[in-house]
Amino acid sequence: MPAAAATSSTIFGLSTEIIGIWVAALLTLAIYSFLYADNPVYKVAEHIFVGISAAYGAVILYYQALLPKLVKPLIIPLIDRVWHPELADATSPRYTLLVPMFLGLLIFSRFVPKYDWLSRWPIAFVMGLYAGLSIPRSVQEIILKQMHGTMLPLLPRGANGGYDFLTGFSNLLLVMGVICTLAYFYFSARHEGLLGRVSRVGVWFLMVAFGAGFGNTVMARISLLIGRVQFLLYDWLPTIGIHLGGPGMG
Amino acid sequence: MIGQKAKRMLFLISVTALLMGLIVSNAVAQQPPPPESGAEAEVKWFDPEHTNVLVVVVLYSAIVIFCIYYARRREMYIRPIAGLEAVNDAIGRATEMGRPILYVSGLSGISDIATITSMLILGHLAKRTAAYETPLIVPCNDPLVMTAEREIVHQAYTEAGKPDAYEPDNIYFITDSQFGYTAAVDGIMVREKPAAIFFMGYFYAEALILAETGNMTGAIQIAGTDADTQLPFFITACDYTLMGEELYAASAYLSRNPLLLAQLKGQDMGKVLLGAAIIIGVTLATVCTFVAPDIIEMFLSWFKV
Repeated sequence: MPAAAATSSTIFGLSTEIIGIWVAALLTLAIYSFLYADNPVYKVAEHIFVGISAAYGAVILYYQALLPKLVKPLIIPLIDRVWHPELADATSPRYTLLVPMFLGLLIFSRFVPKYDWLSRWPIAFVMGLYAGLSIPRSVQEIILKQMHGTMLPLLPRGANGGYDFLTGFSNLLLVMGVICTLAYFYFSARHEGLLGRVSRVGVWFLMVAFGAGFGNTVMARISLLIGRVQFLLYDWLPTIGIHLGGPGMG
Repeated sequence: MIGQKAKRMLFLISVTALLMGLIVSNAVAQQPPPPESGAEAEVKWFDPEHTNVLVVVVLYSAIVIFCIYYARRREMYIRPIAGLEAVNDAIGRATEMGRPILYVSGLSGISDIATITSMLILGHLAKRTAAYETPLIVPCNDPLVMTAEREIVHQAYTEAGKPDAYEPDNIYFITDSQFGYTAAVDGIMVREKPAAIFFMGYFYAEALILAETGNMTGAIQIAGTDADTQLPFFITACDYTLMGEELYAASAYLSRNPLLLAQLKGQDMGKVLLGAAIIIGVTLATVCTFVAPDIIEMFLSWFKV
């Protein structure tokens, strides 16, 4: 800590790094206080979180989208052309960007009740465009690639030229799982008789997959919790003179 | 209320944008030559390498068009979906208790299929809540989704004959930050105490946090998502869960609109074809291991992307 403190700036004699740790630790505890019940401390943390993230999102949107994609290629060259025509090397504005800019501005027509219907145009455009973009991608990724991966031999040959029964069994399970799960998602017939039995097997396959996914994700979440607890124990506690050892800044 | 002329205009804009999207996605899929080769990028309208994608899209479109034609003549059956059967119970419960309904449409943008489906479900739900004048709270994490959802709910209230009951302030933007949004929705759940909570759309790591908090408040919870990694959490913490395709079927199921039912029938026929192709592929792969490995290679290469 001393080396870090020496390099960081200070406010009221406290290193900004220490202040940062305290803010993070208090906000962490405030958010975790929700586990007991909703309380004023949680409300404060929640409102800080929402306010800061909304503002941060707006700034990011400006710097990562508006500035490089609209302001720099269109607005600034346009202003230069109108107000500073003497600048011979001024880049020419990309007038094609006027179309998306106009569509974007139409969203704000909601604030004028007489013309609020215009705000539907950009929404219709965005939905249509993304549907068009996603159709070929979905066909490739969700249908063709999955089908290609499922068409496996049930009696494959191993590296030594003999039959690999274990891989064959694994392939059979995979193919059965896919067919039975597809049957479960068949909506236009009653799930009775053969279809009912096959779809029930499909549900078992789904539940086994979900169980594995649940366990895997819970492990990842526990590791996130461990990270937060480690921060409190090994980064925050040392700032109030309690040293537990182990990982962290101290 | 949207007039016929406005509907036609919106349809035209959507279809134009859809075609633009299809063309652009094909152009993006074509890899430009490496800069060191000195060759100029050739712009082609059609990439022959993606013929298989075109065949699937055309085949599927033909099936859906056939089903729409077929739906005009005969009534179509859809098997019961428990999660959707419970929607009316959830609305009834909220009305009887005099508490609001909370609708969370996921964290994806307006371009996501799950979000579009979620908005369609919201429209049907809003029509029913309008009839009973049950408050409907919709916190959003995307400004465009919020704008579209306000339009949809307003339309639903107008169609239900209750335009004055529509509260635009109940559909609001919170933040686009994942956990900022989650913290706020958790707060809404414990403060507003909704009788029913709907999670419909695409969810990420916040799914369990939201569903657990809703569970603690005692609300009846109905979830629907195509995010396979989050489905286990909804299944454990919610009363009913729509899994993947069930979410897409929800809109047709709730509205019983012949056009949507025909689409669903088309999807089902597509699934039968997929299943048949897989069985043929597996049979060929197994048989050709012994006799002619080249044939299966040729067959499988058609599915390569």
